[in-house]
Amino acid sequence: MGIQLPQATPPNSTPAPSADVEEAPTVELRALDQLWFQVSGTVCNLRCNHCFISCSPENHSFWFMSRDEVRASLDASVRLGVKEYYFTGGEPFMNRDMLGILEDALALGPVTVLTNATLLPQRTVDALAVLAAASPYTLEMRVSIDGVTAEMNDAIRGDGSFDRAIGAVGRLAAAGFLPIITTMQTWSEVETDGILAAFWDVLGKVGYDRPRLKILPPLRIGAEASRDRGYDEFERVTHDMMAEYPAELLLCSSARLVTASGMWACPILLDYESGRLAHTLEEAAARPAVLAEQACYTCWVNGAICSNMPGFAADPA
Amino acid sequence: MIGVEAGGTYTKVAAFGGVYSNHLALGAAIDDALSRGAEAAICLGDLGAFGPNPDKVFPLLREHGVSVVRGNYDDSIARGLEDCQCGYTDPRDNHYARLSYQYTFQNTSPKNRSWMATFPEEIRFRMGALDVLACHGSPRQTNEFLWDSATPTHFLDKLAQDFDTDVIVGTHTGVHWMRRWGDHRAYVNVGALGRPANDGRTDVWYAMLEVVDGDLAVDFVPIGYDHAALAIEMRDEELPEEFVETILTGWWTTCLEILPGKERAAGRF
Repeated sequence: MGIQLPQATPPNSTPAPSADVEEAPTVELRALDQLWFQVSGTVCNLRCNHCFISCSPENHSFWFMSRDEVRASLDASVRLGVKEYYFTGGEPFMNRDMLGILEDALALGPVTVLTNATLLPQRTVDALAVLAAASPYTLEMRVSIDGVTAEMNDAIRGDGSFDRAIGAVGRLAAAGFLPIITTMQTWSEVETDGILAAFWDVLGKVGYDRPRLKILPPLRIGAEASRDRGYDEFERVTHDMMAEYPAELLLCSSARLVTASGMWACPILLDYESGRLAHTLEEAAARPAVLAEQACYTCWVNGAICSNMPGFAADPA
Repeated sequence: MIGVEAGGTYTKVAAFGGVYSNHLALGAAIDDALSRGAEAAICLGDLGAFGPNPDKVFPLLREHGVSVVRGNYDDSIARGLEDCQCGYTDPRDNHYARLSYQYTFQNTSPKNRSWMATFPEEIRFRMGALDVLACHGSPRQTNEFLWDSATPTHFLDKLAQDFDTDVIVGTHTGVHWMRRWGDHRAYVNVGALGRPANDGRTDVWYAMLEVVDGDLAVDFVPIGYDHAALAIEMRDEELPEEFVETILTGWWTTCLEILPGKERAAGRF
């Protein structure tokens, strides 16, 4: 039995857009390659102080998606030719339907789950391994760890989260997964090589000896705006900045986000009305993304940071 | 054997993937294709990369009239771009990709660079009654990776419909695989001649396409060649020992970031 789902509710604390939506640059969808699911809404068992959508146990702005809701968008995705599926939250494994949802998605294509890995006991890892082995498509476990020590990570993600996540990485590796470890860059550039070496060391100690590491830039919205700093006034995307820019580098040119409350342009703009596009996936695919928020500046600088790899990029010819 | 020409109709075609300057494997594959009675041959691009003396590949292709589709490496070398356009973000992968690209660029003659600039992005032909689109990565993008575990069938079907073809033939990943769907539709990744398929074997692979009873039959052909001689040549050229190790062991040691988890887990590194 799945969780009892209350009526989906719209966001209750939508911040004001940082630019006039009518005047902001827009990006057309080039191809719907990535379909993202806000599968656990904004509900998370952790309260990370860098979370760009401020997820927590109490943040019910976006609620869990049911297996049927996800399935409806998966059906639409086949018609639209989607290439890969991503599941995020909140913490996806707080959704009691998660394993069934993954089974449905893995029947259609490759799947990535973004998880804090604190809710992955051995029985769940075993179930994931069964799902992965049964599918011809890859199941990527993307684990967020924000430091190479408990002290460094737990200052951001909460007490005990480092040990629980590292333990789960060990279980995932033993089950045959090669988790993608994502970490937000909270250090200076000159420290990067040392941090990466330390990750290799700490992950190797739990049996993960060929780690895949992905460093993310900070998104200075949500909780992160308080932890470190918000955006400077100049950090926004203008029409001039888009004039010579290959828009296909941006996630919103090749992705849409499905939530229990409708369709968004991308996973980052969840708290912004300008990110909301439509009720149906077909409608959302037909509408351009609006680069009205300062978080769009981070993507303009760094490209499609949410993807496992750069996606459908500029044609080299 | 002749080169596959745009608009031509064939019954037995040898399709070669990334050559990566492995002239010994290319020569062995051409001999094999001739012995199997291939009437035509096509190479899907990326003539240079990890291997030694890139100019040695070109005479073989010219001598046997092999048609070539432009790969991302060919495009970069021909246009003098800064990198190979594989899109790595991992620092280690970028390090080795840079070494490979700089060596290849510096050792490819202007004459061959000019020839690479003439390679088309796609060649469309027919196998019996089936329309075939030959490309490097995907029909929509030269450097798009299409891996078995990361490519949904409905996505391939959309490509086939968007580009109005029955069969798509590509390379770029370096691992051979194929998928069939519908009545006659298929995607064939022909693999690569340049380095082994990350399977612990020293063989490299190409695909023989043949019309059998009106349908497309695909035979992935392993090619044993003098890989020890290639390793010696690579060391003489002072190429990274990591590249040599791949040739001698069959396991990829670099450019691993772009592998999906399923394919990467099947390898050693």
